[in-house]
Amino acid sequence: MLDTELLSRIQFALNISFHILFPTITIAMCWFLVFFKVQFDRTGNAIWMRAYRFWVKIFALTFAIGVVSGITMSFQFGTNWPGFMEKVGNIAGPLLGYEVLSAFFLEATFLGIMLFGIKRVPAKIHTLATLIVAIGTSLSAFWILSLNSWMQTPTGFELRDGIAYPVDWLAIIFNPSFGYRFSHMLIASGLTVSFLIAGISAFRLLQGDDKRAPKLTLKVALTSAMILAPLQAFVGDLHGLNTLKHQPEKIAAMEGIWHSEKGAPLLLFAWPNEQTQRNDFAIGIPNLASLLLTHELDGEIKGLSDFEHTPPVKPVFFAFRIMVATGLLMIMVAWYARYRLYRQKKQQQPLPSWLLKLLVVMSFSGWLATLAGWYVTEIGRQPYLVRGVLMVKDAVTDLAPENVGFSLMLYIMVYCLLLIAYLSTLFVMAMRAVEIEEIQESEHKGPAKRNANPAQINNFLQEPTNV
Amino acid sequence: MFDQATLAIIFAGLMAFSTLVYAILDGYDLGVGMLLPLNNEKDSDTMIASIGPFWDANETWLVLAVGLLLIAFPTAHSMIFKALYLPTVFMLIGLILRGVAFDFRAKAAFNHKPTWNKAFKIGSFLASGSQGYMLGMYVMGFELSVSSIAFALLSAIGVSTAYSFIGACWLIMKTENQLQQRAIRYAKRALIISFIGISLVSATNLIIDQSIYLRWLSSSVSLLLAMIPLCVVALFVYAWRSIVEVENQALSNEATPFLACIGIFILTFLGLAISFYPFIVPNQITIWQAVSAAESLNFLLYGALFVIPTIVGYTIFSYWVFWGKVEDLRYY
Repeated sequence: MLDTELLSRIQFALNISFHILFPTITIAMCWFLVFFKVQFDRTGNAIWMRAYRFWVKIFALTFAIGVVSGITMSFQFGTNWPGFMEKVGNIAGPLLGYEVLSAFFLEATFLGIMLFGIKRVPAKIHTLATLIVAIGTSLSAFWILSLNSWMQTPTGFELRDGIAYPVDWLAIIFNPSFGYRFSHMLIASGLTVSFLIAGISAFRLLQGDDKRAPKLTLKVALTSAMILAPLQAFVGDLHGLNTLKHQPEKIAAMEGIWHSEKGAPLLLFAWPNEQTQRNDFAIGIPNLASLLLTHELDGEIKGLSDFEHTPPVKPVFFAFRIMVATGLLMIMVAWYARYRLYRQKKQQQPLPSWLLKLLVVMSFSGWLATLAGWYVTEIGRQPYLVRGVLMVKDAVTDLAPENVGFSLMLYIMVYCLLLIAYLSTLFVMAMRAVEIEEIQESEHKGPAKRNANPAQINNFLQEPTNV
Repeated sequence: MFDQATLAIIFAGLMAFSTLVYAILDGYDLGVGMLLPLNNEKDSDTMIASIGPFWDANETWLVLAVGLLLIAFPTAHSMIFKALYLPTVFMLIGLILRGVAFDFRAKAAFNHKPTWNKAFKIGSFLASGSQGYMLGMYVMGFELSVSSIAFALLSAIGVSTAYSFIGACWLIMKTENQLQQRAIRYAKRALIISFIGISLVSATNLIIDQSIYLRWLSSSVSLLLAMIPLCVVALFVYAWRSIVEVENQALSNEATPFLACIGIFILTFLGLAISFYPFIVPNQITIWQAVSAAESLNFLLYGALFVIPTIVGYTIFSYWVFWGKVEDLRYY
């Protein structure tokens, strides 16, 4: 029989894994929408509006699932992890509170205007509403990552009778790992969206959609992926160094280093063996881990046996490799596809269909990398909930396991249903977009206007909506 | 810097405020969801279009209310939601179903639309019913006996009807012609059941809880308190009359029933708050026993005092933008 702690952990892991998929998309997608809308306002070119209208629907769908799955999580702090709020609530509370106050209302209210208000407000106000929603989603990420980072690298507080009290709010919010985690997450979102837009656009092209809109979004997405993918590798490396400084036990698990060693190899593959405290089937590059982490060929990295509390090695070790491998693949695909696009433009040819198919397959590569990254960071914090302050086992509820088991079952069912519905709907929408007519030449040619003229906007609004 | 005792009152007030705003705002859109006809797609579309731009922001008030409970009174939050674990899960499933059905119904393959409409309706019932059940259990002090479960079920029906009532009044304001006529019929029926429900719940409250009885009927302020039920009765009568006037096309302002309904919600909520103050968990924990550290709450309060008026401001702006009869809901 599973106990309440394990069931609660599975439930929270399931909830957060499901939830994070959607903000990962909405955070950056909204900035893409701002870009499309500003381009339309600036040039009056109808293709930008087409791109906006197609992606804003996907944004709305994604946002809705993100909101409702987020509400479930906030309830679990109290129901399943009451010790969390008892011990560190004085710090976690205001951070969560500021998220709701500064971000939630902003995005939820202006979302209404952004989605349904284009005919009811002036074009500039509509663009402004889109911008406000984008700021709201990023602000939301700011507060949540601040709290999460504080749980990893807590500072700015003092313990009185085992309960944390805030001493310095700036030190709490901008804790030592916050900047790295926040930028890593924002770029992850940007990459996820780039590959999603590229993938769905490629899917439309493969379906025979010869219009300008999917070609345009493919180009925008690949350009952004080309810039963000290597940037992410750079920021990830800095984040790793920060983790080595503040959470060396996590690095030891990520690299599979059981005993402190000098000149540690970078393991490409291995099967960590908890019994023998060593790695089976290890294939590695000598000294490279030490070089990367300490910038010295024989720099010393502390091993797991040096720490009192260590995370489970296998999941952290493998998740880290999955994240890095996916990231490297993303860099290669983004650069190669962008290069082909550049070459093809000169030769007036479409992209080869194998490349489009590869992009379709990689539509959700961002999800894979982000989830793997989160497992590294969250499982790597075990057995602590707040490092050095609160253990997971001391925060769990005394609810009956049957109750948690029952709720877990319901969540699994609902989430499976939603995920299937979400993914199939994305492709259904893409297929419907294929059938929409191309914008007439006369509508978009001509000199660039400072503002799109009202008659022209009205023209789009009369077009059949591809729902 | 405020001291802890003052902060307890301020945060209890903020929490009560957001709970009330939630009940009114999400109340009407949950109500519209429950009234959704499954055999008339056009009306369903119009009804959902009427709440489209708002439901998301409406639901955020729940997040704020529960968030404030979690932040300002964490021990009470964990007591309440541990006792209400299963109904909470049902409410969340209901809200999830509704939130996604709203978006999927317009986007999934066409033949799925009736299914998503059904999901929207079921989700609305599930969320409203569980909220009513939770309120009933809260009033009964989370006691798991036959009588308190019966009371909680009664309260589930009561809250669902009250939401349908305000939802119907919303539709009277936002729709025209046949759909408006249907909304009028719904509103009349829901008004009668809500009236009976509120009377029953109030009477039960007085009977089961000695301290509530004393506060309402034999304290120095009883006479003043008696104004509340009197005003509620008057508002019910006024709401009925204004609905009939809309029906006979004798009323120029079709928002009147909705406004009267808001009045009823405010006064009923005030009644509940007066009954339980200063307890946050009925008869067990007061707001002063459960309140968090002063340094945390002060830090949050500075922001809240600035942000909440801003939120109210842009909420009004959003209602102003979508003022008037509902139009087809399309994503642009």
